[in-house]
Amino acid sequence: MSVLVVVECDGGEVKKSSLEVASYASQVAQMLGTTATAVAVGEATEANLAKLGEQGIGKVLYDSEPRLKDFVNGAYTKLIAAAAQQEDAKVIVLANSNIGAAVGSRLSIRLEASLATNVVELPKTDGGKFVVKRGAFSGKAFADVELESDRKIIAVKKNSIEALHEDGKTAPVESFSAQLTDADFADAPKEVIMQDQAGGVLLPEADLVVSGGRGMKGPENWNLIEDLAKALGAATACSKPVSDVDWRPHHEHVGQTGITVSPNLYIACGISGAIQHLAGVNSSKVIVVINKDPEAPFFKAADYGIVGDVFDVLPKLTEAVKQLN
Amino acid sequence: MKFLVCISNVPDTTTKITFTPDNKEFNKAGVQFVINPWDEYALTRAIELKEAQGGGTVTVLNVGEADTEPNIRKALAIGADDAIRVNAHPKDAFFVAKQIAAIAKDGGYDVILMGKESIDYNGFQVHGMVGELLGIPTVAPAMKLDMNGNTATLEREIEGGKEIVEVNTPFVASCQQPMCEPRIPNMRGIMTARTKPLKVVEPTADAPRTEVDHFALPPAKQGVKLIPAENAGELIKLLRNEAKVI
Repeated sequence: MSVLVVVECDGGEVKKSSLEVASYASQVAQMLGTTATAVAVGEATEANLAKLGEQGIGKVLYDSEPRLKDFVNGAYTKLIAAAAQQEDAKVIVLANSNIGAAVGSRLSIRLEASLATNVVELPKTDGGKFVVKRGAFSGKAFADVELESDRKIIAVKKNSIEALHEDGKTAPVESFSAQLTDADFADAPKEVIMQDQAGGVLLPEADLVVSGGRGMKGPENWNLIEDLAKALGAATACSKPVSDVDWRPHHEHVGQTGITVSPNLYIACGISGAIQHLAGVNSSKVIVVINKDPEAPFFKAADYGIVGDVFDVLPKLTEAVKQLN
Repeated sequence: MKFLVCISNVPDTTTKITFTPDNKEFNKAGVQFVINPWDEYALTRAIELKEAQGGGTVTVLNVGEADTEPNIRKALAIGADDAIRVNAHPKDAFFVAKQIAAIAKDGGYDVILMGKESIDYNGFQVHGMVGELLGIPTVAPAMKLDMNGNTATLEREIEGGKEIVEVNTPFVASCQQPMCEPRIPNMRGIMTARTKPLKVVEPTADAPRTEVDHFALPPAKQGVKLIPAENAGELIKLLRNEAKVI
């Protein structure tokens, strides 16, 4: 019996969200009196995989098949199912990412497992039950859910678990083959197009986010948002009305029907704070709201606020960040 | 071509969320229910593709009790041809996926579409479960869907980019914007929807694999600390020294 964790890699590095799920898995393994094994997907280096020891991982399985560099639903599912069988994994942990959801849902059928996505805390195992807390109602509530099957799959929401760091600890990296055939790559992408993200910070992985709404008055003023984001090393985002009128691309739209983010810091500039927008951001650790309307509903959900004109306030903030650095 | 579009019945996006006194269930009292906003992309795109092909059918499927019928009728008014309701409380994603797979197996559908996730449970699970139960590919979440004969070209969102994926029918896709502009019913649609077939079937005997122990609301915020606009730089110091987030 063991705990298996799926770690996503990109450009040789383990993604930050996967360091969190690896830490989650090793803590679950400890609770269950067993060890955590990682299976890596994407483009990884052996040195970086070995460092997963710092997150408490006992060993890492890696299939160096080159076609696994990009996400392929069929192949990834087969690979992880094979690893779960080999390791007799009772709990499988993934990131609550587009990859995690696509693979986790198929795996739950193949492995006859209970599945919980959007999980925000370590499980509770009192009284022989296995209960996880997950976000529901688009961030407006939480649900404690009992996973009843013998085998459990958990997709952990980003930034809800602190990544462990035991400096210098390494895990052995073992080569692993799921005997993948051409048929497993039938749904391989024809093409992968990565976004040209301002400042190089991807919104779903970002710790800091600067977001703009209709109060920015037009796309030509977005340099104010980008300047502050760049000074902070933050990603940029926007509200739904802004992406609806194409001031900004859809992939920046944060809210109930856009991306849900949970960064350490979310700075909302000229966004009134409709309930649908709050649903996408209210699990952020700290929320800052800048709006000239003191009655904007967003202030009720904020930790810090400035009642003022974004065109006046934003340059001052950017300047203050530069001085601090 | 036969399209199956799965819709769920969810509280309107502006709903203030409350629960029953035992915190076991969502409190439906006084709440307006709508077609899950993500599912509207699936529904409209299926109708557009059917129209472009100049034939075929769009069947809408809901797993729910009788109170979901107004929204099933709304989907018919938007342009679906017929509807099936599996008469059951949607207990969990696995249970719902089993119902959809059973209907899909019988109906011989070419394309099975649904929204990315429901805005109440936020599972983002059903698409993959249905695909796996039927042994067909799933593309999730899909931002674009075009058909050329039996081949579909889709754009699949990945973190920080997108993949272009080609699959042959039958397949499952979970949809999100900017796939299409969701349609609203017109008067003619509302009139014809009343007489379109809505078949009610009983669920399979499958048991759910998860159970909600209880719901809870997030802790209330402490209250906002306001910084005067003329002293905006002070905010940055607070974020570093007090909140410790930068």
